[in-house]
Amino acid sequence: MKLTLKIWRQKDASSSGKMVEYPINGIEGDMSFLEMLDVLNEELINKGDEPVEFDHDCREGICGTCSMQINGEPHGPDRLITTCQLHMRKFNDGDTIVIEPFRAKAFPVIKDLIVDRTAFERIQQAGGYISVNTSGNTVDANAIPINKHAADEAMDAAACIGCGACVAACKNASAMLFTAAKVSQFALLPQGRVEAVDRVQNMVRQMDLEGFGNCTNTGACEVECPKGISLENIARLNREYLSASVKG
Amino acid sequence: MSGLTKSSIARKVVMALSGLFLVFFLAQHFTINITSVIAPDTFNEWSHFMGYNPLVQYLLQPILIAGVIIHFVMGFILELQNRRARSISYASYKGSANASWVSRNMIITGLVVLAFLVLHFYDFWIHEISYKYIDFSPEDPGRYHAETVEKFEPIWRTVLYIISFVLLSLHLWHGFASSFQSVGFNNKYSIAIKPLTKLFAVLIPLGFIFIAIYHHLNPITH
Amino acid sequence: MGILDSKIPSGPLAKKWTNHKNEINLVNPANKRNIDILVVGTGLAGGSAAATLAELGYNVKTFCYQDSPRRAHSIAAQGGINAAKNYQGDGDSPYRLFYDTVKGGDYRSREANVYRLAEESANIIDQCVAQGVPFAREYGGLLDNRSFGGVLVSRTFYAKGQTGQQLLLGAYAAMNRQINRGKIKAYNRHEMLDLVLVDGKARGIIARDLVSGKIERHSGHAVVLATGGYGNVFFLSTNAMGSNVTAAWRAHRRGAFFANPCFTQIHPTCIPVSGEHQSKLTLMSESLRNDGRIWVPKRLEDAQSIREGKLRPTQLSEEERDYFLERRYPAFGNLVPRDVASRAAKERCDAGFGVNKTGEAVFLDFAAAIMRYGKEKALTSGLKNPDDTTVRSLGEEVIEEKYGNLFQMYEKIVDENPYKTPMMIYPAVHYTMGGLWVDYNLQTTIPGCYCAGEANFSDHGANRLGASALMQGLADGYFVLPYTIGDYLADDIRTGEISTSSPEFDAAESVVRERLDKLLNAKGEHSVDYYHKKLGKIMWNKCGMARNATGLKEAIDEIAELRKDFWENVKVPGDLNNMNQELEKAGRVADFLELGELFAKDALHRNESCGGHFREEYQTPEGEALRDDENFKYVAAWEYKGQPKEAVLHIEDLKYENIELKTRSYK
Repeated sequence: MKLTLKIWRQKDASSSGKMVEYPINGIEGDMSFLEMLDVLNEELINKGDEPVEFDHDCREGICGTCSMQINGEPHGPDRLITTCQLHMRKFNDGDTIVIEPFRAKAFPVIKDLIVDRTAFERIQQAGGYISVNTSGNTVDANAIPINKHAADEAMDAAACIGCGACVAACKNASAMLFTAAKVSQFALLPQGRVEAVDRVQNMVRQMDLEGFGNCTNTGACEVECPKGISLENIARLNREYLSASVKG
Repeated sequence: MSGLTKSSIARKVVMALSGLFLVFFLAQHFTINITSVIAPDTFNEWSHFMGYNPLVQYLLQPILIAGVIIHFVMGFILELQNRRARSISYASYKGSANASWVSRNMIITGLVVLAFLVLHFYDFWIHEISYKYIDFSPEDPGRYHAETVEKFEPIWRTVLYIISFVLLSLHLWHGFASSFQSVGFNNKYSIAIKPLTKLFAVLIPLGFIFIAIYHHLNPITH
Repeated sequence: MGILDSKIPSGPLAKKWTNHKNEINLVNPANKRNIDILVVGTGLAGGSAAATLAELGYNVKTFCYQDSPRRAHSIAAQGGINAAKNYQGDGDSPYRLFYDTVKGGDYRSREANVYRLAEESANIIDQCVAQGVPFAREYGGLLDNRSFGGVLVSRTFYAKGQTGQQLLLGAYAAMNRQINRGKIKAYNRHEMLDLVLVDGKARGIIARDLVSGKIERHSGHAVVLATGGYGNVFFLSTNAMGSNVTAAWRAHRRGAFFANPCFTQIHPTCIPVSGEHQSKLTLMSESLRNDGRIWVPKRLEDAQSIREGKLRPTQLSEEERDYFLERRYPAFGNLVPRDVASRAAKERCDAGFGVNKTGEAVFLDFAAAIMRYGKEKALTSGLKNPDDTTVRSLGEEVIEEKYGNLFQMYEKIVDENPYKTPMMIYPAVHYTMGGLWVDYNLQTTIPGCYCAGEANFSDHGANRLGASALMQGLADGYFVLPYTIGDYLADDIRTGEISTSSPEFDAAESVVRERLDKLLNAKGEHSVDYYHKKLGKIMWNKCGMARNATGLKEAIDEIAELRKDFWENVKVPGDLNNMNQELEKAGRVADFLELGELFAKDALHRNESCGGHFREEYQTPEGEALRDDENFKYVAAWEYKGQPKEAVLHIEDLKYENIELKTRSYK
């Protein structure tokens, strides 16, 4: 396959960037998207140019590190996958592929395609946990039976990998799905109910402070989420927030 | 107002509740209007009641106006905030791949509906105000039907109304269902609610269009 | 060779840990506030250790090269975590878990450590549930279990196919709570490049801020390394791209002994390599072997036709298939331990029965399980006499519920529907049992330098059982290290803050700077990946699933040669004072190039086959591993002496007082 890549290049956070065009040859359908970029980088290094820097780590769709906007969609055109699981067989010979970093005011670019997602860290730090001691003097794991459906739903919400595709896809750069996933996981479990009121208020406050946009229910986040986190979680977040506001 | 905008979720709840209120008003408005086609006398009677009942005039009407203003102002604030949340825009952004055009362009459909409201106010509300409070014309319970039908005589106004109703339909298509999500209602029952909201979003504007066309085609001959 | 003191507490096995906890020194809460601990690596072991240490009151700084602790590679563990809860009432107990682990590790692990691990395992599940980890549950609301390779009970707890993720997020949440309280300061996108010793004690690290490129000094009263395994020495592995040995290797160069480097686990169920461009391998959880049957064609011609695409696997009848694990190991069948399953697959492929283009793949077939589950589901749904299509579709639903995400992952990568055609799998490097030598307290041979999780060598011997890595990481982090480290720190309550402007820090920083400058200024011919791939090939071909003396000797020389070439001719673009991923990689590969040589040396010296270490010279006539307890029942701990091949061997003899040494049999 022969392709034309248009890639955002930016030296560092304080520099301004631009799109640069790279032709590339010899790409096979079995390659992952990141392996295609490896090929490009190998060429660039051999030519004496600086390679394109991009975030990636596990390359099996679970760590949530890889983050790029491919032809206008986070993680590219395929569904329920991360960029590292996108394979070149989804593209055709002669295609032009536009590759950009995730864009949001709360996700400033660090270099090339790498963005700073510490805003997500701070949202988690604001309340994304259950305040139990970790030294191991707790009750037996089976002491509190949990309804299987609730446990399964909590698991589905907890599957979030924190990649930021929801923010990248949202026309408002809203982080509601991310925040909702964590709030939901704990809201559904009896262990998490104890501090549910404080949790939702603190996490939403931090989310707003970070400069993410407001949710307008377009549903783009749900479609682009590599883990298929449902919009129902956002409804649950709204519900939790409203009831927390009433309870004080 | 500041309390209402203190968090992103509060803001969207305000949008949802004001929107739901306007949806309710729309239904009521339609119910009255449809009588102008099927029972002109009833139409006159109800219109007269709405125009002279103090509860409607001095309580419900201000609430309605407030509802419109809140919905509009908040929508505008949200839009500005949302634009600011992405300071550098994408070179390539494929919004259609993951969200409907309507859901992404509520500001456009909303502004068109707002522009329509200006015309609509000019046509009916300003007329009413000047009739009652400026010209101090006498009460005339029989005038409403004729006045209404007369408005639809020029084709340009009828067409403008039809376009606006189409845009209103689009606005409702996303907005009505969305308001349930915003107030936290999205579960197994929403499977039933969603189609109903979509049905409403199509039927009510279609009904208004029908009324406009009907009156345009059936002018009152003097 | 009496340098190695494993500090195993006295007393009966089951009492050792409790006694030890009762006897060790504690630091009082007020003094803990004056003590700083650096935790490098924030996966399961590091994250949980950091959280507990902070909660106990110490000041903790954490370091990870990822942009968030939540991305550590613990996240990729799929199948589950073992715990001796005996919720299933199938006769499980801490002793049985201990026994299985020691046996599974082919009698090359320390009894006392393993028993402590088994003892703490139940506690982990309680802890994680309290933290909101959404483990799978039964309809009654109680926790569900599945079984894993090498054991005869169901003791594996799981959260869909994302157990590692959920446990890591639990530890990460616990960390976040401490970060919010100001007790942990997290340095993400930071990489440790050297360990600083003051008066022979670990007192700090030199780290590089990977965003700004700045070289930083951080001091503490103790340093905990929880930096994971070194499987990426093979280039292709199931490890994350960034997983590396640098922190451990730097500590090794500063005096920490490296134990059993050649004990590497090759996991049997990975997606086969598809071509030269391959950058990493993807694991398919071992839990799949609960329901999948592994086979190759019985006849060579059939294998040939399948490879050429002329024959579809589903066209072969039962009689034409060789379910080689079930044939060779009737007692455990498809659930033999990983080393055994991997070798058996390699044996078949080497004999010409491989089933993909490259000839390096076997089938993992779910057809039988789909029909079995389908029939059961049909019965419970009240369907009498359902036809095959209905049964199949019901069965597929059950399989999807159990393994849906894995099947989806497979389909995305291979572009084939595993519900319809059998999966193709092949072994791949997955986990390293070897690592820094630690005593019972998890302290390395450098005082004040601790090592936890996969980075240490301690609990899995020569082979790790499935679902035990998560167990060890969390046991070390939550329940072991935070206590044992107090014993050491009790002497440090009057030390006060450690200065970073000492000559020791100066010296360490200049070593780091020189090394980075050297890498940047080599301005040679080839990219870092070029060398990494070459190293990987040597490792896989000569230090992989089967090793022999000739190959290992060649490997030692070839790696040394490659390392020399690397330092002269590597090409690292960019500069030091900016984000530079090539520079990061170069430093890591440079360390792999040293470790690889030690790896081969260790494999060469161990003249026996045990666990993941299979020496072709030492096998039974049936091709089973031939262990040599008389000469090799020990931990090989290597001391750095300038060049990897000059490393000096220290031996920790392993004593088995509670378990009888046996030939491991899964037949």
